[in-house]
Amino acid sequence: MGPYLLRRLVQSALILLGVSFITFVLLYVLPADPVRQIAGRSATAATVESIRRQLGLDQPFLVQYGRYLFGLIQGDLGRSYLQKTEVAALIASRLPATLLLMAGAIVCELVLGLAMGIAAALWRGRAADQVLMTTSFVTVSAPQFVVGLLLLYVFAVWLRWFPIGGYGTFAHLVLPALTLGILGSGWYARMMRSSMIDVLRADFIRTARAKGLGRGRVVLRHALPNAILPVIAMIGIDIGIFMGGIVVVESVFGWPGIGQLAWQAIQRVDIPIIMGVTLVSACAIVIGNLLADLIAPMIDPRIRLR
Amino acid sequence: MSAVADRPSGIHKIPDGAPILSVQNLTVSVRTEAGLKPLVRDLSFDLGRGETLAIAGESGSGKSITSLAVMGLLPPPAVRVTGGAIRFGGTDLTRLPEARMRALRGDRIAMIFQEPMTSLNPVMTVGDQLTEAIRAHAPVSRKDARARALEALKAVRLSQPEQRLDQFPHELSGGMRQRVMIAMALALKPEVLIADEPTTALDVTVQREVLDLLRDLQRDLGTAIILITHDMGVVAEMADRVIVMRQGEAVEEAATGDLFARPAMPYTRDLLAAVPRMGAGAARPPVTGEPVARLDDVVVRFPIREGVFSAVRRQVHAVEHVSLQIRRGETFALVGESGCGKSTVARAMVGLVPHQGRIEIAGQPLEGLGRAGLKALRRRIQMVFQDPMAALDPRMTVSDLITEPLVIHRIGTPAEREARAVDLMQKVGLSADQLRRYPHEFSGGQRQRICIARALALKPDLIIADESVSALDVSVQARVLDLLRALQTEFGIAFLFISHDMAVVENISDRVAVMYLGQIVETGTRAQVFGNPQHSYTRRLIEAVPVPDPAHVRPPTVRLAGDVPSPVHKVGDGPARVRLVDVGEGHLVAEG
Repeated sequence: MGPYLLRRLVQSALILLGVSFITFVLLYVLPADPVRQIAGRSATAATVESIRRQLGLDQPFLVQYGRYLFGLIQGDLGRSYLQKTEVAALIASRLPATLLLMAGAIVCELVLGLAMGIAAALWRGRAADQVLMTTSFVTVSAPQFVVGLLLLYVFAVWLRWFPIGGYGTFAHLVLPALTLGILGSGWYARMMRSSMIDVLRADFIRTARAKGLGRGRVVLRHALPNAILPVIAMIGIDIGIFMGGIVVVESVFGWPGIGQLAWQAIQRVDIPIIMGVTLVSACAIVIGNLLADLIAPMIDPRIRLR
Repeated sequence: MSAVADRPSGIHKIPDGAPILSVQNLTVSVRTEAGLKPLVRDLSFDLGRGETLAIAGESGSGKSITSLAVMGLLPPPAVRVTGGAIRFGGTDLTRLPEARMRALRGDRIAMIFQEPMTSLNPVMTVGDQLTEAIRAHAPVSRKDARARALEALKAVRLSQPEQRLDQFPHELSGGMRQRVMIAMALALKPEVLIADEPTTALDVTVQREVLDLLRDLQRDLGTAIILITHDMGVVAEMADRVIVMRQGEAVEEAATGDLFARPAMPYTRDLLAAVPRMGAGAARPPVTGEPVARLDDVVVRFPIREGVFSAVRRQVHAVEHVSLQIRRGETFALVGESGCGKSTVARAMVGLVPHQGRIEIAGQPLEGLGRAGLKALRRRIQMVFQDPMAALDPRMTVSDLITEPLVIHRIGTPAEREARAVDLMQKVGLSADQLRRYPHEFSGGQRQRICIARALALKPDLIIADESVSALDVSVQARVLDLLRALQTEFGIAFLFISHDMAVVENISDRVAVMYLGQIVETGTRAQVFGNPQHSYTRRLIEAVPVPDPAHVRPPTVRLAGDVPSPVHKVGDGPARVRLVDVGEGHLVAEG
């Protein structure tokens, strides 16, 4: 366990280094000029050049990256070009909201996805199975803003059950979390269904039934823990996909998380914020995968971490 | 026993004398696109208290479907009982609602299955699985259930039972897992136990232990057993009565002694004739051709990588100092139980695993051969595996499958290859017009013939048959063995025949080597090894084979509970090397 964790941590650090480099390159070659954004349209060439020098953007690429990396190692994510604050502080103020949304969304998508998948597996081949699988297909292919706006219209505008947007109470969380959850649930439903069907055919399920156990116990105690393993591995990967969806959903619902921060930063070419958000997202994915890998052996004793 | 009346099933104790289970005109059908197709037709039998009834038959005979029908576990919704009754103490199980059937299952009628490796839930401890079975029927506390589970494990003579409760199935060997299954089935002292091929997946010596155990428990508990099996040896040893089934129908029912002594029906006679028997192999003149394969002091070890730096501290000693020679036209058998290294020897011979020592094929050493050299050498050796369905690509036609080795080695024009395929199909007893078909359109035996045709395509000197007939029904097995013999006579091919089935080996081989823990412990001609076995392990293997003769009296043997020691050793601390001593005319036996 100890050696395993150590190796994974080193691996994670290398992944983050790679992510920082690739993002830096992409932002460097971007045709948009951050200095123009800061200086404004009417600025003189001299002002533009002085700002460029001030930000160190006149330096060669490797020097710029080296400086950034040096700061990064000390935990310094740099300062925002436009907001004139520490990026770390900006992200820290936004992160709790995003983590809350993410947790809510994962809960929604797991509950919906697993329930749909298990139900479809138990009724496989029947009408209910087809309805559930068609639904899952629709949710997988629907764009986030469509689902978000639809939920907003029905539950906030029409039924007035939930607030239209904002942040603060549990009621504010429901619609954005549900939007992300519904979108993700189709994947889980499909994966859970096929995994469950495989497990239900297994010999040990027949053994469990031969013992005289009830259907509920056979499904929940014997089939589910075996069928859920591939799903757990997917949660780790899924966090990455979430980060994309969160940008859209946060702006639809006015959710003050890092998705909105990133969106504004991209529009204004605020490079330090874009870098910071990218790295935080990469961290989330790395941690998510690590957690998924650590949880798996708790469910299946045959999996050994090496 | 008042406990019986308290049981929630609501079915009361069955009076003595009456059959405990009575199957009457049972018909089980599967729903297909072409309507209902019967899998079991009009089957009737009675099972008496404490009796063992064997239902014997080959694959597709409906014997397993019958057992699942009794348990109410037919796979819904396609397969169901479409006629007749299964009476258990006056209640018709086929009409029982699921909730009441569930109360019976595991409590009054229990079942054990063929595959101990997959029949236990891999993510639950043995203890949890046992207590769960007990608590499903008996209103006892967790603690009491655990105590009863422990008792059950002791009853099946499992070593270190307390420790086993907290272990997971993958930590136990196949034999141990089957003991756990039996413990689970018998923990509640059911009146009926259905054992579906309970020892088929086990090694012979483990099979012997499990059969002995079942018999002892039956004597103690008075359980009636329905034994589903394809193995007439197991039938002869275990059953009081036998029903022979074929294609869903009972062919013959008789007391075991009568059935073996005077089989009434032609099918039964054929089935019994096809069973390989020890001592039935005809003596053949010794083969004196030049060696096609020669192994000298071959060692195969697999490193186990552990820790931060993946250091190798321990290794699996799969094959240890094996030396043997196979001559042209000879059948050399390697026998031993699972994990003894017999398949690894074969894999080393075709260069699939790295080895130390010396391997010569057709006079050419395998060591130091490059890619091209190895490929050329592989023309000389071909393999036929255990599971023909897994060994044939389902998306290729038979023609493509058989000619693929020729394509790989760039032999002949397409027309010549096709002609060769036609010729090979006839050689293995199939017809040329089947060449355009796909593997799934053939039966198991036919598929194995296709594998043999493919192996013959390159005209090899040596065919390695790794458990090639183990998965086949006895009647099919007998025909495939005949085919192998005929091909050997015609082409002078040598066979390395790897098997765990002592009776088959005794029938087909010229010379035999017995392997144990990676080493050869006895080798010689068939007559030497089987007629005059010297090593205690060889004797144990031979004595463990069930004899298809109810009159056979088994000499009392020491009951061995316990497993083969591990072949994993620390680096630099290998197993003791056995020394082979010649006890006469090339009959080599390990000392000690």
